[in-house]
Parts: sequence; C-alpha cells; structure tokens
Amino acid sequence: MTTSPMNTLMIRAVDVHKRFGPVEVLKGVSLDVDRGEVIAVIGPSGSGKSTFLRCLIHLETIHRGSITIEGEALVATDPQGHCRYAAPADISRVCRKMGMVFQHFNLFPHLTVLQNIIEAPLTVKGAHLDEIVPKAEALLRKVGLFDKRDTYPSRLSGGQKQRVAIARALAMEPDIMLFDEPTSALDPELTGEVLNTMRALAEERMTMIVVTHEMAFAREVAGRAVFMDDGIIVESRPARELFAAPEHPRTQAFLQKML
Amino acid sequence: MNYLADILPPLLQGSGVTLQVFLITFVLAVPLGLALALIRISRFAVLSTLVNGYIWLMRGTPLMLQMLFIYFALPFIPVIGVRLPDFPSAIVAFVLNYSAYFAEIFRAGIQSIDRGQYEGAKVLGLSYPQTMRRIVLPQVLKRILPPMSNETITLVKDTSLIYVLAMNDLLRAARGIVQRDFTTMPFVVAAAFYLFMTLVLTYGFQRLEKKYAVYDD
Repeated sequence: MTTSPMNTLMIRAVDVHKRFGPVEVLKGVSLDVDRGEVIAVIGPSGSGKSTFLRCLIHLETIHRGSITIEGEALVATDPQGHCRYAAPADISRVCRKMGMVFQHFNLFPHLTVLQNIIEAPLTVKGAHLDEIVPKAEALLRKVGLFDKRDTYPSRLSGGQKQRVAIARALAMEPDIMLFDEPTSALDPELTGEVLNTMRALAEERMTMIVVTHEMAFAREVAGRAVFMDDGIIVESRPARELFAAPEHPRTQAFLQKML
Repeated sequence: MNYLADILPPLLQGSGVTLQVFLITFVLAVPLGLALALIRISRFAVLSTLVNGYIWLMRGTPLMLQMLFIYFALPFIPVIGVRLPDFPSAIVAFVLNYSAYFAEIFRAGIQSIDRGQYEGAKVLGLSYPQTMRRIVLPQVLKRILPPMSNETITLVKDTSLIYVLAMNDLLRAARGIVQRDFTTMPFVVAAAFYLFMTLVLTYGFQRLEKKYAVYDD
C-alpha cells in the first residue's frame, strides 16, 4: 500500500462479520478504499451490501473483524476474538469523517431545505449562522435547488429530496460519502438528476461508496465495482473490467439478469 | 338579573380555584410526563419497568381515591409520610395522575417517529439528546396536539373532584348556592363558565395545530 497523498487509505474493513439473530448477513467482508476512489457495490437484494455500508458508519454493530477509517480504529477484533469498539466519543469523531445518503432520504420534515442543511453544522460543530448560511446556499446552488431554499421537504419531488440530502451531508464536510441505494425510491425519470449530482461529486475526487442497482452508473462513474452475494465479496475489480468480463459465475449470472 | 349579580362573585371565586388547580397541574404534569416517557422508552430496563408500574398504578385507580389517599393516608406512612394541607394534596394527586396520562401520549408520539429520522441525525453527528431536542420532539409536538387537547380539556373538568377535600371549586360553589336557594340557575352559570374555559383551550390548540400545519410529515 502506497502512502502518497493521492493514495491515502481512507477505509480499511477486514473480515467483517454481522449477524441479525441467528442469520449471518456478513460472512467476512474485507475492503480497502483509497482517497478519491468511487466504488460501486452491486449484488442481489439480501446480499448484505447495505448492511456492510451501515456497519462502516456505525448504524449497525459488527460481531467480528475490524473497521479503520483514515487510520483510526472504529472497531477491532483482538487475537482472542473479542470485538471491541472505540470509546463513544471516538466513534462519533471517526464517523463524522463520513457522510451518508439514504434510500428514503431521511430529511427532517419540520425544517425547511436550508434548515435541514445547517442543522448539523450549527448543533454539532457550533458553526455561526453568518458563516454557515452562505455555505449552505452555495451547496444548494451546486445541487441546483437554491430556489427551494425555504421550502419544506414534503413539497419536493423525490429527486429534489435526495439532492437536498446530498447537500445536507456535504455541509458537514465529510472526507467520504456513503450512498445507500440513493435512487431506489425514485421514479425512473427522477434518477438522472440525482446520478448527475453524484457524478459531479465523483469528478471532484470525493471518496465514494455507492450501493446501487444502477448498472450504467456503476459502470461509467465508479472506478471499481464490488459484487457481493450471500454476505461475501465475490468479485472486486475495476468497474469496466467487471462489467465487460465478469470472472465469477455468480457475477456473470447476476449481470446477465440486470443488463 | 339581580340574582345573577348576587351569585356571580362566589362562582367567580370558585372558578379561580378551578383555574389554579388546572394551570398548576398542567405546567407541572407536562414536563413530568415527558420525563416519564423518555425513561419508559430508554434502554434502562429497571427504570423503564418502574415507570410502567407507576403508569399502571396512576391510571388504574381513581383520581379521587389518589387525592383522598394523599390527604388522609399519606401522613401515616413511615419515612415518606407527610401531612399536606388540602390544596397541595390536590395538586400532588393531580400532577401524579395526569403525568401518567401525558407520559403515554408523549410515548405514543415519540414512537411514531420514523427510525430513519434517528439514523439521519446520527450520521450527521447529532448525539441522542440533540436528536431528541432538535429533531424528534418538535415533530412529536405536532403529532400529539389532538390527544393533548383532549386530555387538557378533561383536566379542566376533573378539577371538580377537589370538592372531596372540601375545597370550593366552581362546581362546589354552584352546588352550595343551589342547595341554599332551591334554584338550578347556578348550575347553568357554572356550565357556561366551564364551556368558556374549554372554548379558550380549544381555540389555543387549534391555533397551535394551524401553526404546525406549515409542514407535512
């Protein structure tokens, strides 16, 4: 692993295991993500790809393995097999390096678009209104929604909601963005605007992990594609290669169905 | 008309007592109810179970019995036994009783908020208290306005129970005059007073509902 600034290791997940009751959802997932990489995670539903993403940002706790974010341990497993999380304060600090966008947006309905974006900078970072409002407005221009500044989320289309959610995550200035099926809840004609916003983000060299069913997006925008099935990573290769010539039979079968 | 002028002062005085019990109970029982709800849904199993038992006790016995107990029986209980005058006895009973009902309203409201709201707040770095204060409770407030309005109106009328501690609330004052003068007129006036109080409350709650209608969930 090189350590030049362009190739810093942002996420290292090793042998991640996760159970829901007796069901093992992740059966040893390992993944390294370098700075500026855009990784598409694809696979059938129930393959554990969303769960893996949620484990990275501590929305789920793992049972074995380790997750390191920018060199800091979120969770590690010692040689005796005891899985230990960092102290709560360290967990929240480490997780704040990441932003997350959900399938169902999870915007705050009682706050306007602008208030949604400035809420966390104000409450968590103690930012001042006169510095954060212009920044939030710049983000809104970037996602093309400046005119919706004072609108409540219920008045927005799904695509607009998701773009606000992206702006909201960016307002916390994360180093890494996690996308959990960001277009799966959208009408087909609305996915384009969200994917374009994500593409622009990728062009700015944002480190991104995108769990998606949008195969065209994965092939064109992602540098690397990861195919997950039944709780493991089956194949992880440069996206163009994986789509052009999948090696594993399960990847081949999946892509055949999807394309 | 002259008769009405005669009976108005005692009825107004009774209304004062009624309003005092109502206001003090409301101001104390709402925050206590919220605190109970937060404990009830917390991960502290022992505390949660205790609150559950408390709510069962308070909702499972008559408010009048609770008032009588605090006034007459509490003084004889070792350690915590204190002798309270009538007004504080009534307030303690009302606050304890109504906080249990308010707690259940708050709990229902909090549990109706989608899990995605907590997750959205968490990935933005908000702590649990921040999430509650800034994200969840403001939305809860909107959702619980109708049941809160119900319960608050019931509270106005329940204040008439304090007559058992020989306190002169609106209804007892009216009944006193009825028995003295052999006329039902004071009952009509008392009813008008109650209706006026609940009208003000209804209007207040409707204003709040309108205010929160600017957004949809």
